[in-house]
Amino acid sequence: MRKFIRYFFGIKLTLIAAFSFTTLILLLSGASPFAAYYHIFKGSLGSWIKFAHVIAAWIPLTLCACGLLYTFRIGLWNIGVEGQMMMGSVFTTYALRLGIESHHPVLFLVLSFAAGLIGGGIWALIAGFLKTKGGVNEIFAGLGLNFVAQGIILWLIFGPWKRPGIASMSGTALFPPQLWMPYFSSIRLSPVALSLALIAVILTALMLRYTRIGLSLRAIGNNSHAAYLFGLKPGRYMLLAMIFAGGFAGLAGSIQVTGVYHRLLPAISSNYGYLALLVVMLANYNVWIVPAVALFFACLNVGSIQLPMMLRLDSSLSGVIQGALVLATLAVHAWQIRSKDKKWVN
Amino acid sequence: MVKKTVLVLCIICFFVSLSSICSGKAFGAAKPYIFGLLLVGPYNDRGYSQSHYEGGKYVEKTVSGTKMLYIDKVNPGDRPGVTIPQLVDDMVEKGARFIIANSDDMKDGIREAAFMHPDIYFVHCSGDDVLTGKAPKNLSNLFGRMEYGKMIAGFAAALTTKTGKIGYLGPLINEETRRLAASCYLGAKYAWEKVLKKNSNDLKFQVTWIGFWFNIPGVTADPTQVAQNFFNTGYDVVVSGIDTTENVVVARQKRMQGKNVWAIPYDYEGACEGADDVCLGVPYFNWGPGYVRLIKASKSGNWKSEWLWLDPDWKNINDHDSSSIGFAAGPALPSKARQHTDDFIKRLGTDKLNLFKGPLYYQDGSVFLKEGEVATDKKIWYMKQLLKGMAGQSGTL
Repeated sequence: MRKFIRYFFGIKLTLIAAFSFTTLILLLSGASPFAAYYHIFKGSLGSWIKFAHVIAAWIPLTLCACGLLYTFRIGLWNIGVEGQMMMGSVFTTYALRLGIESHHPVLFLVLSFAAGLIGGGIWALIAGFLKTKGGVNEIFAGLGLNFVAQGIILWLIFGPWKRPGIASMSGTALFPPQLWMPYFSSIRLSPVALSLALIAVILTALMLRYTRIGLSLRAIGNNSHAAYLFGLKPGRYMLLAMIFAGGFAGLAGSIQVTGVYHRLLPAISSNYGYLALLVVMLANYNVWIVPAVALFFACLNVGSIQLPMMLRLDSSLSGVIQGALVLATLAVHAWQIRSKDKKWVN
Repeated sequence: MVKKTVLVLCIICFFVSLSSICSGKAFGAAKPYIFGLLLVGPYNDRGYSQSHYEGGKYVEKTVSGTKMLYIDKVNPGDRPGVTIPQLVDDMVEKGARFIIANSDDMKDGIREAAFMHPDIYFVHCSGDDVLTGKAPKNLSNLFGRMEYGKMIAGFAAALTTKTGKIGYLGPLINEETRRLAASCYLGAKYAWEKVLKKNSNDLKFQVTWIGFWFNIPGVTADPTQVAQNFFNTGYDVVVSGIDTTENVVVARQKRMQGKNVWAIPYDYEGACEGADDVCLGVPYFNWGPGYVRLIKASKSGNWKSEWLWLDPDWKNINDHDSSSIGFAAGPALPSKARQHTDDFIKRLGTDKLNLFKGPLYYQDGSVFLKEGEVATDKKIWYMKQLLKGMAGQSGTL
């Protein structure tokens, strides 16, 4: 609890900077900033149903962010997390398609999650190999693979997996309800997905803090040359970190298919991968802060739908807030370091 | 420590003050009958979504005590992570008792929401859940017979084209878009053979699909490019089947470059505005009367789950109070062609002329309608392919 408080007071400068920027934009667009913030707040935490919607967005966001903690720890920018999520959903869809006629829907649901994990993992591994064997920067490899993954989804939806007699980019046919992840119908929230996300957070925290892998990742991230001299193989650990990141992202993709949309569609990843990068940076790469920041971002995402509905504002404002927050974090961080350096020089 | 406490207090005060602002609004005034509108595109797209938006405004004006709540750009590309049932939950929370989903794309989502909110009335435009028996009792389907609008559009296009090549800018491929493209072709063919007395083999009618109702960069084919491609390859009239007006914009550009080209947009009555030199007219939806009928039924307790496919008012297809579809002739339509078009509309309104009459063949040569057979509603609604004589993908091939 103390850690949280310290963190939040630590970032108050950031918050002030980000919100003044957003407020300025709102004022420039002629809207009342208070009304906007109020509607975002009420639209995300105003009722239990809304909170359940927030959690539905929080789950994939947190899963992706957990995965990213591994890669950030070893010093990799796994921007390909978006594509890994997409491939997770492609593999999941493949597994579920096999189970449409089956009498064991639960079996295929479980299989589809495994498939999602594998799909995301493989996609991350490709970027990892390109990095370790081919010397391709993981940012470029990841971005490229994101485009490839999107291309594959479009091709599948418009080609082999199209609905009979229909050719539409709106998505594949809806899966029968027995292949949907079980959920509480009153609030439309899946306890399975929620537990998966919570387990991911705890597992990541334990892995990074208490295991040899976690220690090695950190050692290599801090100084890969020294770690190499110490006998650690950076390449191997990089691949391992990528597999973890891809696996978690793939799982998030599975949840998008089985729990949210019940089909495959072009925007299946909902930009959660990219958003998770911001979450992790804003959380200062701390596993315990990540869920809180992810919750905040999920609130912004869900609550911002109120802006067009109630105030006739464009909902991309939430993106402005999120972006401003991250930029402010980086700026404040840089400024703090500089002022520290100055003090030291003086 | 003091600083921190002050900060926390400030934050609490901030939210408390806000909640008091808003609760004040709820007092006074009779409770309005709130209806929600889910629009797939922007409310001001000068196309499909705007026609629905205007329909909603018409309801507010016509049925006293009603109030519209709308949300636009409801599609996973524009609003990632947002689902139809979520939006319905939110609208119901805000007091909506009647919810309209305007797009084919919302079919599954709105059915799911209708099952979850049995006390709320739902309308899905363009769907057929009532026909197929999938709809719960609180869900109705509503659509206008745009087939006629498309026939008129095709008719005007064929009278105008100099090259004998008409391009049809199609959205995605499904039953609705197939039958609308086919209707356009039937109108064009009729004008070509009966008015111009030409051989129908000389009429080229090409359908190119972009993959969705409007442009989604990186996902669909770009309608601007498709339209340009049409004009660059000798197609001088491009008829739109998509929600937005790219074909008009491109036609104007080509016109400025000195090309003799025309365009026919779709969906929204005002779609021709600002394009006087190229716009031949627009077949448009007039959702007002259909909406009013269903909302009145829900208010008075006479609701029943219906599949409504509403006719134009043949006395005046542009009557906003009675006609569910219309055709607004454009300034670029030459006066002689306009006369022919008006005659054509009159004849369509009588029993004498029915373009969905056999013999008609599907694209692969199989029989759609036998000699003398008049198509039933279902047969038109569920067309399996494009018609023989049309070029372009049917979706089943």
